Amino acid sequence: MLSSWSRVLFAAMVMAVREVRRNVFRSSLTVLGIVIGVASVIAMVSLGKSASEQVTQNVAKMGNNMIMLMPGAPRRGPGGGSGAPFTPADVKAIIQQVTGAQDVAPESAKSALVVFGNRNHTTPIRGSTNAWLRVRGWKVAEGREFTDAELGGANPACMMGSSTRKELFGNQAALDETVRVGNVSCRIVGLFETKGRSGGGDDQDDFILMPLRVFQRRIQGKTDVSSIYLTVKPGRSQTGVVRNLEMLMRERRHIGPGEDDDFHVADTKEFAAAMSTVTTTLTALLGGIAGVSLLVGGIGIMNIMLVSVTERTREIGIRLSIGARGREVLLQFLAEAVGLSLLGGVVGMIVGGAGSYAATRLMGMPFSFPPEIALIAFVFSGGVGVLFGYLPARKAARLNPIEALRHE
Amino acid sequence: MSPLVSLRGVERVYGEGEAEVRALDGIDLDFMPGELVAVMGPSGSGKSTCMNILGCLDQPTAGSYKFADNETRELTQDQLALLRRYYLGFIFQGYNLLARTSAVDNVELPLVYRGVAARERRERALEALRLVGLENRAHHAPSELSGGQQQRVAIARAIVTGPSMLLADEPTGNLDTARKDDIMRLLVNLNERLGITIVMVTHEPEMAEYCRRQVHFRDGKVAEDTGARC
Repeated sequence: MLSSWSRVLFAAMVMAVREVRRNVFRSSLTVLGIVIGVASVIAMVSLGKSASEQVTQNVAKMGNNMIMLMPGAPRRGPGGGSGAPFTPADVKAIIQQVTGAQDVAPESAKSALVVFGNRNHTTPIRGSTNAWLRVRGWKVAEGREFTDAELGGANPACMMGSSTRKELFGNQAALDETVRVGNVSCRIVGLFETKGRSGGGDDQDDFILMPLRVFQRRIQGKTDVSSIYLTVKPGRSQTGVVRNLEMLMRERRHIGPGEDDDFHVADTKEFAAAMSTVTTTLTALLGGIAGVSLLVGGIGIMNIMLVSVTERTREIGIRLSIGARGREVLLQFLAEAVGLSLLGGVVGMIVGGAGSYAATRLMGMPFSFPPEIALIAFVFSGGVGVLFGYLPARKAARLNPIEALRHE
Repeated sequence: MSPLVSLRGVERVYGEGEAEVRALDGIDLDFMPGELVAVMGPSGSGKSTCMNILGCLDQPTAGSYKFADNETRELTQDQLALLRRYYLGFIFQGYNLLARTSAVDNVELPLVYRGVAARERRERALEALRLVGLENRAHHAPSELSGGQQQRVAIARAIVTGPSMLLADEPTGNLDTARKDDIMRLLVNLNERLGITIVMVTHEPEMAEYCRRQVHFRDGKVAEDTGARC
């Protein structure tokens, strides 16, 4: 009995294929509606995934699990002017007192002209310690980190980003060469791995890193620290570290109870969470809008199937008279509707995937096509077929055989 | 031997009140297995309604229709469909073949619903077409066949399942005289060789001559019955 049922089902599919091929033009127009619907859903979801992946990558580039301490009140714009800069003593205090911090890296920066031979290039100069590499997630591609002696201020040394290196050295070797930074001659002891462009499109690899002491004395001319970066020890709560840091800084900067901070603390987790909420919401919204076109495609299928039932009333009468049960007629028409919409689903998946791929290439985003959306599209388009094919199929199955046979 | 078909007091009424039409008004009939019956009568006398009831496409408003001792009133729509599938064959006046579908595919159709495997289906369909002399037209669509050929495809479709009873509604109605005799000889042959009970509506006495039993309808009643097995 089961095998005879499967034969009936198979025969229904064969008949459906035959019917679709008989009306190629009409069928392709019907399918087109589903193709557009599925393609836009797929493209939107895939693009949304790509966007959130890019956000994740950008945050990872900024450094994992990082806390930023900057002068200026939090709501008066970034790096707001009103707060005084930090001091080396602040850094020392943080290292000693904020126990949840793994690495603490002070940073000061200033643009300066860098000269090598007859080439010169203006680039941001950053002063910090080796901790900065770990906190900001930079890796040494060639050479080494700073020695303690260098950090102490002896033998001016620097490390260089790959873009700066290219500007000054082209394809030549740069390690152990001496460049003039501002009016300091310093030896290149390390070269960084390339990170690429940031989320905002800035070249992250164009900078020079110097020991903070040397930078303060020879470039900046004062001992200010413009910002401090921290990472959190594994197993310690990020919020706890942030709270400790805030309390310490309020105390050190003599901010009384009830007074506003003149510094602010931000962390990448918070930033990443905010960004991913935005992309997720956007993906859902665009996917929803695209879903409307899938609905319209489904109504198109229903329309064509209703026309088809009316057109083929006599055929249905013949089938009923030779012993087809209502459910078998229903199955045949349902198979046709589901077949059409699955075809549309597969084509739409290919079109949507290709469109999303092209768009991500064009925008320089990572392409993401999670396999589950292919499955979802397949199930969804099949569902559309069942949903919108059922009504016309039931209409066909309920026909009275005598009246159906008389139908012209 | 018990009758294959037994009608007792069968009525079929359409409409209600003033517009009431009594298409069948108390029909008693028995058909024995292997009979070849011609049903005759003027149009509107209830022949076609009776055929629809015999074919389980319609059901009586009152009375009893037993097919092989099964009371059809007690069967569901699905069970009636199965009865049509396994025991009945139809030949329609207007052929009722699927358009744009080859002769052999048309003949295969009832076997599809019986769940017969594709290869066996094809063999049996070709065999049925051979029986009606159309084996060399198997892959032609109905539009490429003459009326007589289409009627023979319809007969092949009706007999391919080996039904117990064949119901033919004016099978020769649209054909020229030579073709009519071909079709009638074919039906007589099927009746004699395969023992299929055949009930055939016609209003041509020459065609009814082929049948051993003739039933005349008038105003929804049986006016004359030459009787079984004469």
